[in-house]
Amino acid sequence: MSVETAPAPPTGAAAGDGDVPLVSVEHLKVFFPIKQGIVVDREVARVHAVNDVTLSIAEGETLGLVGESGCGKTTMSRTIMRLIDATEGTIRFRGDDITAAGHKQMAPLRRQMQMVFQDPFASLNPRKRVGQIIGMPLRLHGNSRNQIEPKVRELLARVGLQPEHINRYPHEFSGGQRQRIGVARALALEPKLIVLDEPVSALDVSVQAQIINLLDDLQDDFRLTYLFVAHDLSVVRHVSDRIAVMYLGKVMEVSPSEELYTKPIHPYTFALLSAIPVPDPEENRRRERIVVSGEPPNPIDPPSGCVFHPRCPRATDICREVEPPLTRYPNGHLAACHHPLNVSPEEIKAAIKDGTSPLSCGEELPAPSEGNGSRPSADRQA
Amino acid sequence: MSTTEPAAPASRPTDETLLTVEDLEVAFATEDGLVEAVDGVSFELKAGEVLAIVGESGSGKSVTAMTLMGLTRSPNARFSGTAHYEGTELIGASEDELRRVRGAEIAMVFQDPMTSLNPVHKIGDQIIEQIQEHEAMPDQQARERTIELLERVGIPRARDRIDSYPFEFSGGMRQRVMIALALSCDPSILIADEPTTALDVTIQAQILQRVRDLREETGAAVILVTHDLGVVADIADRIAVMYAGRIIEEGTLDQIFYDPQHPYTWGLLGSITRVDRPRPERLPAIRGLPPSLADRPQGCHFRPRCPHEFAKCPEVPPLESRVEGAPGHRDRCWLSVEEKRERREVRPGEIGLPDKEEEAPAA
Repeated sequence: MSVETAPAPPTGAAAGDGDVPLVSVEHLKVFFPIKQGIVVDREVARVHAVNDVTLSIAEGETLGLVGESGCGKTTMSRTIMRLIDATEGTIRFRGDDITAAGHKQMAPLRRQMQMVFQDPFASLNPRKRVGQIIGMPLRLHGNSRNQIEPKVRELLARVGLQPEHINRYPHEFSGGQRQRIGVARALALEPKLIVLDEPVSALDVSVQAQIINLLDDLQDDFRLTYLFVAHDLSVVRHVSDRIAVMYLGKVMEVSPSEELYTKPIHPYTFALLSAIPVPDPEENRRRERIVVSGEPPNPIDPPSGCVFHPRCPRATDICREVEPPLTRYPNGHLAACHHPLNVSPEEIKAAIKDGTSPLSCGEELPAPSEGNGSRPSADRQA
Repeated sequence: MSTTEPAAPASRPTDETLLTVEDLEVAFATEDGLVEAVDGVSFELKAGEVLAIVGESGSGKSVTAMTLMGLTRSPNARFSGTAHYEGTELIGASEDELRRVRGAEIAMVFQDPMTSLNPVHKIGDQIIEQIQEHEAMPDQQARERTIELLERVGIPRARDRIDSYPFEFSGGMRQRVMIALALSCDPSILIADEPTTALDVTIQAQILQRVRDLREETGAAVILVTHDLGVVADIADRIAVMYAGRIIEEGTLDQIFYDPQHPYTWGLLGSITRVDRPRPERLPAIRGLPPSLADRPQGCHFRPRCPHEFAKCPEVPPLESRVEGAPGHRDRCWLSVEEKRERREVRPGEIGLPDKEEEAPAA
């Protein structure tokens, strides 16, 4: 998807910006209970996997969802697919509330939302032939046997595999080829939305590039909407129109794709970017890097205030006490931070609290003083 | 991006050669025939340097590293060639000889910290066991040393955590324990096989920082096996690029990144997604697939995927120095240095392979 063809994304606001987004979640919470007890299971604690997230994806857009392991990005994507039940909040598809939709109500929607999984070795049934794997969604949705085969051949060709391989088993293919089979299966029902959960992280670099290019072409041809979940910020940069950064179940920053890299506002985003080694020795030596200390805290008992404060080099008292609202800066760039980076005092003054902020956050917006908005010394401008 | 002279490496490896590997071949007899995983690999490791072995899956990089430790010995494996480490020839060494070297002289950190520690033993006991295996040391002293090691790799409250089980640690912490274990007998060579692949980037940065510090402190040489060129650019002094069982190019960090000679290296450099650059329209992928190790093409193994293939390619190109004034920079490609320098730029300043045939066989 080239940058020009990307529709103006309705950043932030979940609904009401004119066009109805294809998918949106409002104040979504997913908690997993931890139970203990021999006779009676008592809930002793809850893992706060997704903790009040509001996001929307416009039709034809690619939203990158990034974060470290345990940040809730996979739970989030599976909840949108209705594979996991939401604890609180609303999920909408084309404006319809599907949070509590039953099997019958979901069946026609499943056709429109498909998923590609991370591990191409585990996500294809080893005992089924490729034709059966790709044909299964077609069969389930009522196509007759003789309709299925030509369709499967066409799909195989479309994802760059040879149609003659229809009778082979998954083990006869390499990792990259298997991921192509996974993509063909997701495409079979001509969906609107494809959730890609780390689709290239199990592949070699040269093959990663091939799959990313394929996904790119398919999006143009079929006008697909992607939710691209990944931990690798450099891959996400190449596919996304907009990127949401999650940490410990919360959205830290939402930004138009390029701007996230040239102008990260949240210190967590900056730390993530600076942790990635650049494949260029000179650039690497020149670059000043911040190594954040510590590890993400336990999501059973998330920290008070801003969840990033125990690891944040800029944290002050307010960060420990008050959860920052998602603040809206120019270009629909949102960040939940009391001490933002890379924004001018004017931009801070003009900033407003965005409607997608968590319900539990404070009202206080960043002040245009105390070194707020300063550029970190390491210049990331390309 | 400029064509630089072999720049002075960031660290200071000495000239003393620690390990000399010559013409190493490893083959496994399988149902599909003889799989030649490593095919004539030769390299030298100098004291205090970080040598990165880079390649994709199936390139033979891990088998090379594991063979040095005697970890690929199995009834169906065939070996030839030599690897000399301070008077010991590792490939032909007996199990007893190897046991003295392993852990004490050459130590290894594996990729997956979740499976490489024994889950039913306390982490402290696992480290103490290794220390006492190689050195007669009273329990209390070994325990103190273990605490010190755990502190050195950055485990907080090491005195309490020494009695924890692996499951009580996160992935990053387990990898630190693995590094502490590897360092417990002050090895002179540390082999790290994809040490940070399973970790998050912020944790990866911490671990790499730790490896860098430890190298400064202990002067150990490191063989880093990885597919991640970002990590390589961050930490390596020299690089060996492997493809289908052979080293196809070898040189210093700057030589490989700024004056790469082999088309496969160009393709590898070109196909990485970069976090510090705006995205290109299309990622320049390398077309096709790596060959099956049981059935490799004649001559240059990269030939079928190479857009620059010509009449000489069906002959095996030797690994030799072709760039004038850079004796350590060796590669296996028949093109002349001038041709290479001309062809490797797909766009001004950008190295890669041209995306010539779109309909090339898919991966």
